[in-house]
Amino acid sequence: MKCPVTITVNGSAHARDVEPRLLLAHFLRETLGLTGTNLGCDTSQCGSCTVLLDGAAVKSCTVLAVQADGCQVTTVEGLAKDGKLHPLQDAFWEKHGLQCGFCTPGMLMNAVDLLKRNPKPTEAEIRHGIDGNLCRCTGYQNIVASIAHAATQMAGGK
Amino acid sequence: MLRLPPFRFLVPKTSREAASMLADHGPDAMVVAGGTDLYPNMKRRQFEPKVLVSLRGIADTRGITANGGLRLGAMATLSAVAAHADVIARWPAVAKAAGLVSSPPLRNAGTIGGNLCVDTRCTYYNQTEFWRASIGYCMKKDGHICLVAPGSDKCWALSSSDTAPVMIALGAEVTLVGPKGERRIPVPQLFGRDGIAYLAKRPEEILTDIHVPDRAGWSMTYRKLRRRGSIDFPILGVAAAIQRDAGGIVTDARIVLGAVHTHPVEATDAQEFLKGKRLDAETIEMAAGIAYKPARPLDNADLSYAWRKRMARIEVGRALRELAGLPTGDLPPVVA
Repeated sequence: MKCPVTITVNGSAHARDVEPRLLLAHFLRETLGLTGTNLGCDTSQCGSCTVLLDGAAVKSCTVLAVQADGCQVTTVEGLAKDGKLHPLQDAFWEKHGLQCGFCTPGMLMNAVDLLKRNPKPTEAEIRHGIDGNLCRCTGYQNIVASIAHAATQMAGGK
Repeated sequence: MLRLPPFRFLVPKTSREAASMLADHGPDAMVVAGGTDLYPNMKRRQFEPKVLVSLRGIADTRGITANGGLRLGAMATLSAVAAHADVIARWPAVAKAAGLVSSPPLRNAGTIGGNLCVDTRCTYYNQTEFWRASIGYCMKKDGHICLVAPGSDKCWALSSSDTAPVMIALGAEVTLVGPKGERRIPVPQLFGRDGIAYLAKRPEEILTDIHVPDRAGWSMTYRKLRRRGSIDFPILGVAAAIQRDAGGIVTDARIVLGAVHTHPVEATDAQEFLKGKRLDAETIEMAAGIAYKPARPLDNADLSYAWRKRMARIEVGRALRELAGLPTGDLPPVVA
């Protein structure tokens, strides 16, 4: 039995009939073709599927599409505006915050939420803030540096 | 890839309606709050409900109000509880325990009610269907024996809630709503005495609110042991709450251990021992030596069970030292 849902993704409303067991991650990737959101572990440990659901970072492999009915979802595709990268994307570029890049969309979306809640995090707060996002390349030093750099840039500093 | 099994998804508008749906569908139905634990477990076929009753459509279940006491709507996210200014100021152990559950994105989706009712865990149970099939299944799902204690007639899966020990230490109660009415019970009565029937509430009852009494004048903390400080479930939790008079004499003490049994364990002998005493280093050492005795870790969680038992003593000591303002012996953080 399919259920009708309307989910607004990166500002565009999408109405679809979905099976209740369809995960938000699969809705984004397979139904909408937004493959920027990656799926890693399937069990909500790795964080590569992190998106914003009504502004809060969640792991989209443990959210059903039917649970996101009526909600606003932001994926990595929604970060850049008018061809201009989000300051976090710029910072990951600038500070080499990625190696293979698989964890990067989830890291970025989680970092957006982190800096919204805490615009001036300490290094320890950044590290705890990305507790739920694993980088298999273990490139954490530069990921932390990137988020710190973005925080400085977003505060208008140099 | 791990796929969810098919199910029907119901979104009731009231708690009473949710309870009726659960009653109508019986064992085929399960309730879902945040889903952060349930869905991975369903992917591993630890649960195969035909019907899921979601609590997210019910109004007024996310509220946090702190007047005299604290009322937590069961659907309040763990992030909201951990970041709430009144909770941090007046019930710091609640904020600390909520903030130590899993990782930030899961705390944004996971709820305080869900954590209180979270499924028990065991090395032989929290595995994929393929893994469990290959070892012959255990009695908690699809099998007949306990693989950690094969002679046992009961399941020894561990209570793995971080918030339950704290709620018990603070004397909290919960509201349960059934199809015909509601009742309010102390948190210890929520838990059964078996790893399978780990909740003592009726299956159709919905936990809607948690009520924590005013604990002005008490000192409280929660400590959590696990391999990875970033995301793991507890392999030991220690909640401690102490009330002292103006002269520093302990007038009431609550110590509750998590992840050492199928339910949270109150260290009643240590609580009695502390009453009437001053919280000095020697008293703490003796209290810790009494408090860890009821811990019964078995070889069904991460790290060695003998070490987990020893750490129960050490962590109770550290919790009490923290409350007494003495050095805990914790290593300083690697980065500030």
